[in-house]
Amino acid sequence: MRIPEARGEASARLFSVLELAPGTPAANAARIEFAEAVRNVVAESPEIVRDEDLQLTLFCLYEFAYGGIDGVPDLEWDPALLATRAEIEAAFEAELRAVVPVPPRPEPTADAVARTLFDLTAPTSGPSLSRFVAKQATDEQLHEFLVQRSIYTLKEADPHSWAIPRLRGRAKAALVEIQSDEYGGGRPQRMHSAIFALAMRGAGLDDTYGRYVDNVPAITLAALNQMSMFGLHRRLRGAIVGHLAAFEMTSALPNRMYGNGFRRLGYDEDVTWYFDEHVEADAVHEQIAARDLAGGFVETEPDLLDDVLFGAAASLTVDGWAADHMREAWTAGRTSLRAPLAVAA
Amino acid sequence: MDGGGGSHRREDVPQVVACPDGPFLVRGDVDIVTPDGQPIPRTRRTVALCRCGLSTIKPFCDGTHRASGFRTT
Repeated sequence: MRIPEARGEASARLFSVLELAPGTPAANAARIEFAEAVRNVVAESPEIVRDEDLQLTLFCLYEFAYGGIDGVPDLEWDPALLATRAEIEAAFEAELRAVVPVPPRPEPTADAVARTLFDLTAPTSGPSLSRFVAKQATDEQLHEFLVQRSIYTLKEADPHSWAIPRLRGRAKAALVEIQSDEYGGGRPQRMHSAIFALAMRGAGLDDTYGRYVDNVPAITLAALNQMSMFGLHRRLRGAIVGHLAAFEMTSALPNRMYGNGFRRLGYDEDVTWYFDEHVEADAVHEQIAARDLAGGFVETEPDLLDDVLFGAAASLTVDGWAADHMREAWTAGRTSLRAPLAVAA
Repeated sequence: MDGGGGSHRREDVPQVVACPDGPFLVRGDVDIVTPDGQPIPRTRRTVALCRCGLSTIKPFCDGTHRASGFRTT
């Protein structure tokens, strides 16, 4: 990924750090200035989850654990950057724990946990992004939809894979079974991230990772940052389990509607395959995720039941905000993007 | 815990999980065929077969049972 545009003092100071060779006095001073900027921005931010500067900064810091940043040395374990990342994470997690509505706690059995998650993720009626895409979205809005989704989906499944070595027994086998399917069952061209890249190319978009970071708003970055935070911290393994369960359990039916939206505007199977694949795949995954992954995990680690519920509810809440952002912008005739697409769509 | 649902010597036996209020999950080496024996393409190792009758991708499950309130008990 190339270095994006700064969105404020914190991200500007981070990008100053990235321009300097590590270990020099100037680089060390830049790290201190970055830490001070983050502290100030966190202290003054009314809402971390929608803070453009902080979510972009966190996204870029996490990128060192994924594909890295073009032209920047390997800074994944840079102690100063990790310490500053931890300050953003602490504020982000505290805000999520304060605002995300968590359901009442069931018995710590696989069956009871699965039933709670199925209730929590039950299909709803009323306005939704998937219904909007199926029935009303314009071609320009479908392009925006792919751009918004690309931030996570071009590395689909990766944040949850961090959890594999932290689980045991039934829950680990369930996570690996789901992830193996996400990664194409050994066939690279069937990886969900690869099928999504095919859809982007089919719609005339660039499938390079991070190509559209400057276009997407904080809430879209926050949805991915939340996954990265849950996945990268062993302490939050309950939350990443709950997150994946809720994600899989709210996927099959909406993806059928997303596919219908693209079919409605005449897109071919290269574009609709991604969505149709998820209808079938996630009808499988949701069963495994609810009972074997989340339920099996709670039977092994009952003390982390609350974090499983928190992770599930946080997934629904933050992804819901990101979806609402798109639907509300389009309903009002506005772009959902922070910066309009430069490509001819 | 074991969680695999069987002992080592039975690990190759295909398994059908009857999911409460949901589909049949099929794991293992099972051919899914039409009544005249033609194979139905299967693109993943574990599949979910429709049990509510409402799926748009039968014989596979598409999650519609959840919107229709399908119950197995």
